[in-house]
Amino acid sequence: MSFVAAERADALEGAGLAALPEPAGHHRRHPSWWHLLLLPVALLMIFPFVWLVITSASTLAETRVFPPALPAGFPLTWIQNMVHNYSAAWTQAPFGRWALNTTIVTTVVVIGNLVFCSLAGYALARLRFFGRTALFLVILATLMVPFQVVMIPVLLICKQLGIVDTLTALVAPNLVTPFGIFLLRQFFKTLPVEIEEAARIDGATRLGTLVKVLLPSMAAPLATVGIMTMLWSWNDFLWPLIAITSQGNMTLQLGLSSFVGSHTTNWPVLMAGTVMTQVPMLLIFLVAQRWFVQSFASSGVKG
Amino acid sequence: MSARDAAATAPRGRRAGRWDRLLASESTTGWLFVSPAVLVIGLFGVAPIIWSVVLSFQSNDLVTPATWVGLANYKALLKDPMFAASVRRTILYTVLFVPVVTVGALALAVALNRRLRGMRFYRTAVFAPVVTSTVATAIMFNWLLDPDFGIVNALLVKLGFSAQGFFQSPSQALYCIVVMTVWGWLGFAVIIFLAALQGVPQELMEAAAIDGATRWRAFRRVQLPMLGPATLFLVIWLSINALQLFDEIYVTTRGGPLSATTVVVYYLYQQAFQVFQAGYATAIAYVLFVGILLLTVVQLLIGRRFVHYRS
Repeated sequence: MSFVAAERADALEGAGLAALPEPAGHHRRHPSWWHLLLLPVALLMIFPFVWLVITSASTLAETRVFPPALPAGFPLTWIQNMVHNYSAAWTQAPFGRWALNTTIVTTVVVIGNLVFCSLAGYALARLRFFGRTALFLVILATLMVPFQVVMIPVLLICKQLGIVDTLTALVAPNLVTPFGIFLLRQFFKTLPVEIEEAARIDGATRLGTLVKVLLPSMAAPLATVGIMTMLWSWNDFLWPLIAITSQGNMTLQLGLSSFVGSHTTNWPVLMAGTVMTQVPMLLIFLVAQRWFVQSFASSGVKG
Repeated sequence: MSARDAAATAPRGRRAGRWDRLLASESTTGWLFVSPAVLVIGLFGVAPIIWSVVLSFQSNDLVTPATWVGLANYKALLKDPMFAASVRRTILYTVLFVPVVTVGALALAVALNRRLRGMRFYRTAVFAPVVTSTVATAIMFNWLLDPDFGIVNALLVKLGFSAQGFFQSPSQALYCIVVMTVWGWLGFAVIIFLAALQGVPQELMEAAAIDGATRWRAFRRVQLPMLGPATLFLVIWLSINALQLFDEIYVTTRGGPLSATTVVVYYLYQQAFQVFQAGYATAIAYVLFVGILLLTVVQLLIGRRFVHYRS
């Protein structure tokens, strides 16, 4: 159902949207009234994260008191509690294995999308071949169908292929996404043909032209496809939930949700597990916030 | 072979044999380039769409051979009170979620578009939930809203209210889901509005100021109309995702208590993977699909009346 998003991505990428710079102007000397809105909202937004980390630094007994309070003994006891909770989570469930699985799936899906969506997007934008328009329309149509409509047949197909309950089942259906093809095709359309023709006259092949001449000027749309498929793959839940059954093949999100079932009353350990599953993506986000924001602004896919 | 291709191959001294020509032709290259996409999308996109049409006319438990039942699944769906209730819940959720996120994000985006001290912190705080997974979000809110030991109840008691049941209360659970998902989606909506706000030419705002417009009037008459396309996109996108709500329900309430949060996709999931009525579940999915399409078309038509600028 990312048709609307891809449509919009086209418009924004075409307009060369920058990474949301702050508007020009000068700092006021007196504090602005806007802080009265922004400060409480910002605190509300980060409070769940703060409470998550604080709970992961508590003892079990401390989470079974009403009203809840900050855990005692900052900072030494907190660190001891954290060591205890994080290692408990780490040993009680295969978080390491899940992290590895998720990393493998995400990496392959991202690389697959970057390579195959570039190829397909370029061909659909530039090459004249038999059935091109029909193919493009079919890809557009699949963009509009919600995943719930196809998930049962996809599961049955995976069964036929004998890949149910393997990482391949998580990778294969997402290796090329209609969203990525559409987004890159629209971008290729905005590039001037002359650059390509010059390269072709100089004797470059189609593939050579694509890789050496066109793709280097496409950092923004490629980043959008990469970041979107990365986030989607990392955080996907419904498909792993139905495709994976054995614990050793779970992804972090699926594993975490199975961890909930067995730890409903042990909040500190559950919180430690939750922190471990979210830290990698949050760190990447903090480092590359500019790129994330730009990608969201130009594509609009979440969850 | 076009003249351009001939010019490209000639300097490399390749003999223009028939085979070479075929290999170098645009048609072959084109199909070679799209072949991985055709394979994957054909197998996991197109084939399942066709298969699911067939499936929705079958009685299928995913194990024993399926039997053809014609329109029976769709007819049963019309008379299923559980399904009707799940549709009502989904609509209620969507009607609450979409406006709250849209209006809230608009106000926040206007504030975040200014040049203020601490803006980097504000923006990071608002954007961070966007990359947080739905599962983690659900776990965090489950703990914040825990009826017995949760911090929100502690705050309520301190302020003189009584402790609430939240996710464990049939009358409150769906509203708690709304609050939780608003937290998760607000940052995304803010990003969309921020991008749109920055697309409004600075000169327009300056011209309005020179003409003596107050800041509020300049916002209302200049900026707001230009946010039309972004708002339309956002409302459609939020609605599509609201109608497909599942993850957060699965992790927090599993459709309960007393089915209070069994929305359409959760009901579909139960039918497919708990009572193994795959045909019936697919029929639900098609009804959902048609519902989403209809809502999108209606929103686009209404949007056309109010949105006068192209993004």
